[in-house]
Amino acid sequence: MGGDGDLRIGVLALQGDVSEHVTAFEAALDARSEHHAPVVAVRRAEDLAGLEGLAVPGGESTAISRLIDKNRMRRPLLEFGGGIFATCAGMVLAASEVHDPRVDPLGLIEMTIERNAFGRQRESFECDLPVNGLSHPFHAVFIRPPVASRIGPGARGLAVLEPGTVVVRKEPHLALSFHPELGTDLRLHHLFLDGL
Amino acid sequence: MKLEELRFGTDLVKRGFASMQKGGVIMDVVNAEQARIAEQAGAVAVMALERVPAEIRKAGGVARMADPLKVAEIIEAVSIPVMGKVRIGHTVEAQILESLGVDMIDESEVLTPADEEYHIDKTAFTVPFVCGARNLGEALRRIDEGAAMVRTKGEAGTGNVVEAVRHMRAIMGEIRQLQGMSRQERVERARVIEAPAHLVEECAELGRLPVVNFSAGGIATPADAALMMHLGADGVFVGSGIFLSEHPERMARAIVESVDHRDDPARIAEISKGLGEAMRGLDIHAIPESEVLRFRGR
Repeated sequence: MGGDGDLRIGVLALQGDVSEHVTAFEAALDARSEHHAPVVAVRRAEDLAGLEGLAVPGGESTAISRLIDKNRMRRPLLEFGGGIFATCAGMVLAASEVHDPRVDPLGLIEMTIERNAFGRQRESFECDLPVNGLSHPFHAVFIRPPVASRIGPGARGLAVLEPGTVVVRKEPHLALSFHPELGTDLRLHHLFLDGL
Repeated sequence: MKLEELRFGTDLVKRGFASMQKGGVIMDVVNAEQARIAEQAGAVAVMALERVPAEIRKAGGVARMADPLKVAEIIEAVSIPVMGKVRIGHTVEAQILESLGVDMIDESEVLTPADEEYHIDKTAFTVPFVCGARNLGEALRRIDEGAAMVRTKGEAGTGNVVEAVRHMRAIMGEIRQLQGMSRQERVERARVIEAPAHLVEECAELGRLPVVNFSAGGIATPADAALMMHLGADGVFVGSGIFLSEHPERMARAIVESVDHRDDPARIAEISKGLGEAMRGLDIHAIPESEVLRFRGR
């Protein structure tokens, strides 16, 4: 795990809870190395250069999807060679298939997504979620969450909550239905950084 | 995992919902067709209404919650969150919207207040609330009542951004002042602005409100939206400004892009070209005092 000090992480900053992601990754990198590159906000294709990991934040997938195209970032994101840390709307965008014509996903991780799988905001919740590979449950905040109804070959589902998979690992990518950036438990951030 | 282990409607879940709206544009719509246009233009949510604020102003009389039939029709039409407005203090209108599945409730001065003393106890609800504020004290009183998001009141339905600017400058400026004060001075300031001392402390520590802070009330052009972002807004509500403009679809897309490119004037210039007429505005000083919306609620 040498060279952690050089890990460069960005957060796709078109819409959504960008600052929460920046803060969480800064904290995770701080814990691993005294000196590290600052986490950068990615607003255009050039900002992707030199990054090892990219967080695609929570927000509204229809809005982010449209801004990706408006900013001509679809192709650069497809060609991005690093790891994707996708949460909620980010998970929808990273997928290869979404059962909703209003979102055009990027196809970075082979999986099929159902949007708003638990219902509306009144059905949003928090819970202690057992995650494969973590010693104790992860306190997860789900907000109008999507789930994966199918995951592609080589991907592993690390947590399931009916009606689907809520943690998908396809190294170096990690897709989450919930929002670790809203809390202070950074174990999933470290899992992602370990795999870069 | 059993259902009883899931916790619904907590502060974290409510404030988290508001965080997902950041950097976005929330648009007022009055029917399913407008809702679809808003969603396709990149709105992060729609506000389901009977009439947009400029029409409410024109119509006069008592303005109430929208017909549940209309709200249900809009919920059916889009996949993005749907918000709805209730009268200040009207707990039952809020319960009705919650039961319909509305994702966030706006306890709004745009409608005729139902209670001139008390706002709704928002902690009693599972869905989150957004409330308007003109200054820091008002914002913190609403947060204390359980609001998960604050917005400037502005002066809705005028197409005139001046009040939204005034309110955003007031909130951000008051927070900057707090940061230069001693703890003792902040306790005294909390008394003066009639806000809970612990929330005043939290603002000083964070350098911002402890919840997401949007701008609303009079935003009519892409430049207006970018201006509010520069003044510290986390996102914007656009009411009458879209569907009362000459080309709503183009205006909607342009405002979404302008918020995204707020720091790129050349791009905003490009976005703003040939948009047609923005909504016709109103001079704030020409509005009779009885028709001023921002003075409702305190």
